[in-house]
Amino acid sequence: MQEHKNTAVESEPAGFPWKQVIGLILSLALTFLALWIAVGLSLPVHVTLTLIVGLAVIQALIQLFMFMHVLEGTDTSHQILGLIFGIFVAFAMVAGTLWIMYFTL
Amino acid sequence: MENIKTFLSHFFVTGDPMIYGADASIALVSVAIVFVLTYFKKWKWLWREWLTTVDHKRIGIMYIIAALLMLFRGGVDALMMRTQLALPNMHFLNSEHYNQVFTTHGTIMIIFVAMPFIFGLMNIAVPLQIGARDVAFPFLNAVSFWLFFFGAMLFNLSFVIGGSPDAGWSSYAPYAGAELNPGVGQNYYLIGVQISGIGSLATGINFLVTIAKMRAPGMTLFKMPLFTWSILITSIIVIFAFPAFTVALALMTIDRLFGAHFFTIASGGSPMLWANLFWFWGHPEVYIVLLPVFGIFSEVIATFAHKALFGYVVMIWSMIAISVLSFLTWLHHFFTMGNTAPVNAFFSLSTMLIAIPTGVKIFNWLFTLNKGRIEFTTPMLWALAFIPNFTVGGVTGVMLAMAPADYQYHNSDFLVAHFHSTLIAGTVFGVFCGLHYWWPKMFGYLLNEKLGKWSFWIFMISYNICFMPMYFLGLMGMTRRMYTYPAGLGWGPINFIITIGAFGMGLGFTIMAANIIWSAIHGKRDTTGDPWDGRTLEWSTSSPAPEYNFAHIPVVSTRDAFEAMKEEERKGVKRRQLPFEPIHMPNNSGIPFIMSAFFFVAGFGFVFEWYWMGIPGLIGIVICLLARSFVYNDHHHIPTDEIERTERAAGRFS
Ligand code: HEM
Ligand SMILES: [Cu+2]
Repeated sequence: MQEHKNTAVESEPAGFPWKQVIGLILSLALTFLALWIAVGLSLPVHVTLTLIVGLAVIQALIQLFMFMHVLEGTDTSHQILGLIFGIFVAFAMVAGTLWIMYFTL
Repeated sequence: MENIKTFLSHFFVTGDPMIYGADASIALVSVAIVFVLTYFKKWKWLWREWLTTVDHKRIGIMYIIAALLMLFRGGVDALMMRTQLALPNMHFLNSEHYNQVFTTHGTIMIIFVAMPFIFGLMNIAVPLQIGARDVAFPFLNAVSFWLFFFGAMLFNLSFVIGGSPDAGWSSYAPYAGAELNPGVGQNYYLIGVQISGIGSLATGINFLVTIAKMRAPGMTLFKMPLFTWSILITSIIVIFAFPAFTVALALMTIDRLFGAHFFTIASGGSPMLWANLFWFWGHPEVYIVLLPVFGIFSEVIATFAHKALFGYVVMIWSMIAISVLSFLTWLHHFFTMGNTAPVNAFFSLSTMLIAIPTGVKIFNWLFTLNKGRIEFTTPMLWALAFIPNFTVGGVTGVMLAMAPADYQYHNSDFLVAHFHSTLIAGTVFGVFCGLHYWWPKMFGYLLNEKLGKWSFWIFMISYNICFMPMYFLGLMGMTRRMYTYPAGLGWGPINFIITIGAFGMGLGFTIMAANIIWSAIHGKRDTTGDPWDGRTLEWSTSSPAPEYNFAHIPVVSTRDAFEAMKEEERKGVKRRQLPFEPIHMPNNSGIPFIMSAFFFVAGFGFVFEWYWMGIPGLIGIVICLLARSFVYNDHHHIPTDEIERTERAAGRFS
């Protein structure tokens, strides 16, 4: 049947969502790994921080590729704008917080 | 036996006649609701038509009903505070109680009134304005609503069970931490707000996708109505700002429930980090509740000046500028926490910068009015009153943005007056304006103009009686969150005037409530679907809009698409009557309600650290998620003869 372009897309069972399930398992694994590094090991603070930040970056990439469809879609400008704004906000938050918190009187 | 007694006396809040009153009224109202529903055999109707609905118009109505009820609760809190402060040395509330009341007032007004009211209006108007039949994810939309609803209920429960939070709506560490603030009150704040926050985030995603993907053919971005533009930008801010709050709430919950130290100095945490994270969300949040009302005012002013909006493109770019800048100003909420001068200077400047696009918008509204054929309806009065009253809030905001000066009036009543000028003259005037404007589209009849104008004038004048003197009170040295003050400081008379204004606003709101009831019975029917001579597509369908919104998806070629269609009709261009086609619509579902109820159960369990209750609650949530992923039959088609019948009944098919 002819659908109008702006009605919601009809959902069709599209096979087992392997990508999402693997993404979920990896995210959980990385999260618990980070928790274990921070709580279970007593490494120097710098080492702990470096490790968990590294894990966080990997997890962010997993989210982007497994759940957030960065490589899909017809209009790449949406993706690029979204990523740029995301990077801007993340930068504002992290850099701003460090600037604020480390330079108190 | 003794054990049970001590448990109950801690579980229920005891010892205060006002709270017993609340217990009694909650019990009575519940019994009355159950009785009415049973007596009129309405349970099935309630479940089928409302609790399980995924229709954006009904979800919008439920948001607004909930927001109005919460506004009542928040308003009663406000009146209690103002009664306590009316005279020096009053004994109406004690200090502990006063702390709880300003905390619940602030939290409820921002999270459970301003946001849901706006979400309600955007649910009603946005799909209609872009010529769509629903939002992109109708099921998710219902999930958002019910998460908000159960989050709000959980938060409100603290009043009678366990005790209210008392650390302010900003819940600053270390006072909000487990050590200084034992008991369950603060847990209610953290978990109740968290649950409804998940819903808000989902709403942001939903409306971003809806506006990006579901516009009627021909409606390019720069042909969208301004309200839709404001919601697009608001959704982006929601998506990028809320995660900071989600994380902050989660970290503080972990601190309180599991003994971590993110926000306590002991073991290397940092209380200031809470303020930092809170306001990284908190400042964008004020734009989340302001940009949409800028959109509403733009629609209303253009409609009732009977002119196209002046400076459409400039309006949009100034909103985009605001959305970027709003992520760079958060420190202005804690200039006085001991930051170095360069830090304060940067945030001082970024804050002042944001006033520029806002000022640009004010002038655009004024130029829209210039030479317009202005019609003074109730929505227009709210919009016109917004301009000067909000400007006072904006100007005092720039005063607060000057870091050195802020040291003088930070956390004084000057600040309280400032943010009420923006939140009331901006957000509240805006949602009242939108409520009157879109009411006929929601229900098919108009609110009474005479009562509407009475409520407007009383509310608006009382607002000024309440908050203008408060600026001076602040400059005279009265600080915020102060539960009483001695006589002889010269604060007494001003405080008394402020309290009179507060009760006046209560009266204005009561008249509005009366108007709603009166108009439900006697209100003028809207048979045309276009009671205001509107310019945008929501007025092109019948009032109330049918389930499928538009029998035919409109085709758009210009801005103010409906105005253009009417112009063509006036020129005598006949529109062809196309044949109807079956319409594809999503099915109702009980899962959003049930899943959110499990969130409530789990949340309640974690508030009391009863893991035997919290964990089964979480399992219930997961089961609902699984159940939903096995639903394949999630849509239906409305057959053409049913469309024909509906359209004929609305007088739109012959
Ligand atoms: C009838 C109208 C209102 C009156 C009379 C009123 C009055 C007050 C008063 C007396 C305080 C506490 C001042 C103090 O002791 O520190 C307060 C705080 C506050 N109000 Fe309102 N208010 C009203 C409406 C609103 C609305 C509509 C909003 C938001 C949409 C709002 C948001 C807040 C917030 C966020 C706080 C700060 C709470 C805190 O200190 O944690 N108020 N208000
Ligand atoms: Cu701010």
